[in-house]
Amino acid sequence: MYKILFAEFIAPNVKKFRIEAPKIAKKRQAGQFVIIRIDENGERVPLTISDSNLEEGSITIIVQGVGKTTKQLNELETGDSILDVVGPLGKPSHIENFGVAVSIGGGVGTAIAYPTAVALKKAGNYTISIIGGRTKDFVILEDEMKNVCDEVFVTTDDGSYGYHGFVTQKLKELIDAKRRIDFVLAIGPIPMMKAVAEVTRKLKIKTVVSLNPIMVDGTGMCGGCRATVDNKTVFVCVDGPEFDAHKVDFDLLERRNRTYREDEAQALNLHVCHSDEAILNLTESETKSNK
Amino acid sequence: MEKLSNKERMKIVRQAMPEQDSQVRRNNFQEVNLGFTEELARLEALRCIQCPKPTCVEGCPVGVKIKDFIGLVADGDYLGAAAKIKEDNMLPAVCGRVCPQEEQCEAKCVVGKKNGAVAIGRLERFVADFEREHVGIREPELKPKTGKKVAIVGSGPAGLSCAGDLIQMGHDVTVFEALHELGGVLIYGIPEFRLPKEIVKAEVESLKKLGVDFQTNAVIGMTDTVEELMKDGYDAVFIAVGAGLPYFLNIPGENLNGVYSANEFLTRVNLMKAYKFPNYDTPVFHCKDKNIAVFGGGNTAMDAVRTAKRLGAKNAYIIYRRSDLEMPARKEEIHHAKEEGIEFIYLSNPLEFVGDKNGWLKGVKVQKMELGEPDASGRRRPIPIAGSDYIIDIDMAVIAIGNGSNPIIQKTTPDLQYTKWGNIIVDEATMKTSKKGVFAGGDIVTGGATVILAMGAGRKAAAAINEYLLSSN
Repeated sequence: MYKILFAEFIAPNVKKFRIEAPKIAKKRQAGQFVIIRIDENGERVPLTISDSNLEEGSITIIVQGVGKTTKQLNELETGDSILDVVGPLGKPSHIENFGVAVSIGGGVGTAIAYPTAVALKKAGNYTISIIGGRTKDFVILEDEMKNVCDEVFVTTDDGSYGYHGFVTQKLKELIDAKRRIDFVLAIGPIPMMKAVAEVTRKLKIKTVVSLNPIMVDGTGMCGGCRATVDNKTVFVCVDGPEFDAHKVDFDLLERRNRTYREDEAQALNLHVCHSDEAILNLTESETKSNK
Repeated sequence: MEKLSNKERMKIVRQAMPEQDSQVRRNNFQEVNLGFTEELARLEALRCIQCPKPTCVEGCPVGVKIKDFIGLVADGDYLGAAAKIKEDNMLPAVCGRVCPQEEQCEAKCVVGKKNGAVAIGRLERFVADFEREHVGIREPELKPKTGKKVAIVGSGPAGLSCAGDLIQMGHDVTVFEALHELGGVLIYGIPEFRLPKEIVKAEVESLKKLGVDFQTNAVIGMTDTVEELMKDGYDAVFIAVGAGLPYFLNIPGENLNGVYSANEFLTRVNLMKAYKFPNYDTPVFHCKDKNIAVFGGGNTAMDAVRTAKRLGAKNAYIIYRRSDLEMPARKEEIHHAKEEGIEFIYLSNPLEFVGDKNGWLKGVKVQKMELGEPDASGRRRPIPIAGSDYIIDIDMAVIAIGNGSNPIIQKTTPDLQYTKWGNIIVDEATMKTSKKGVFAGGDIVTGGATVILAMGAGRKAAAAINEYLLSSN
């Protein structure tokens, strides 16, 4: 069992956890992930390690409640436990002093971009980050990014905070302003990563994305996470998760990620019903005990 | 033992294995073979003529004293028989079920030259089940502690057998497992209907009782490297990480939704219990009333296709590019599959997977083959027949054509020697690698093989590790 030392919502539906896993905390590098399984009936889900705390022996993961498992995870509180946490998995980010490095995080993708931004800064890059959210409430890790990056731009789709527009528009502006950019890291929803890749492709700016396919074991045994990069099949769990954005077949990734869409909806539906039932039962028992 | 002449013994026919009716079992995941009753076991044991120089044992990769244990069965001393097997094999309930006895011990049985061979595997299974069900698995005596520590990487058949031997020799043993459950391929790969998971769990429990320490969620190479294990005070390391990356056919359309590797399909169903979705969270393709095809002709292919049938597939095909004669799966598995309604499409080579507009698999284009001259493997080479392409409608495909090596150990342990396929090179007699104190065995050395070969490698390694530890005092 892996104890949750800290749990707190940092945005609507987005929760930050520090989980006790001293070995992983010691070993993890930027770009790597863990696979977790909440309980005996749970599925194995990959989550990128956002940070670690060596004194406490913990790793930080930031989870957006989307499906059954992530929603169930986000119901856990400080003091609860997770049955299985395994890692660190995947190749670490390739870090070097590129010159000027731009880290782009869309939504919860910022949590994944953050550790790499830290490593890029440490390697001597002039580090810029562009972090976006649908609205002000969905922008995460702004302070953390400001602590490590030389410049931070915040964007919101509705203009409720920072720059009004998408992260790609902000990136284009920087390019149009003739700012020097040697390296781009883009992490977020697939359409966003695809859009960033299109922006940088013409200019031949080296661009890396982190892929999020469906995984089972995470050690190269099952091949469920296969993607096409440079017209070749790769196993994201051992060959990635980071790849050259200009060579990734994003449409294939998106399509394969839809494989279990109906099952996911069913599982989520059942979970929500059970949760409602639990709340109902709780209210009933409270009412009873109050009587 | 009953006084029977060899002639009388030879008159007894080979006893059939009681099994679940094929029309019933194709709809459930319970074990197909039901096991011998005491009566059947004694009768079968009487068929053994107790050769003065038994040849059966030569066919056993771990050298089980077959004649002796069968003699004890004939005498009704089943617990004695169990103890006799365990002198050489720590996992008899597993081996009795999944070993290809017909190619090993039973192939060498003298009785088998005239009548059917003595059913050694069925007797082994009977004895192990009898012990577990009646008195629980009994632990053997341990030698005094040596103070030496061994790390075993992987809890599959090679790792478990090595752990069983080393703990008895007095060493401290820790087994590191990457997944959340122990047993490796016995858990994620071989289906419940062929090897109930309770049996694997019982065998693992007995090793725990002997003092073997198991750590799950530990991916050696990532969580700790081999080098770090040695620095942490392990005096020797045995690498038994099993098979790795699944091979694909490398044909167009292979990344369509609905195309699985056998590893993924079986792991979802066996380890993650996707057949109990949504009670378990892991989904798998809904086979019900669909057409599914498995490509390959080995035991894993049979496991996958029979699993799909149990998940409700309307038509479940094995598509194989050679003929039935070249098929490497056990005869028993092929026979069971056919009884359950699996259709075998021989001499058909897949050329391309075809999808619908949403990227879901809809069919496979295959080319008919004919057999030519024998190739390097001694099997007749399949040759394409020009213009024979046609499409088979399928909704799910499972590729079961074997595995390459897992890259994690190689990437993180560069000071071992590897073949160009990434398999670890060892001394075949001792399983020693090129690195001092590091041994390796099982599929990571041989490529995809059998449970018993992996166990044999585990035992060889245990003997060599013991010698290494005692001489390095």
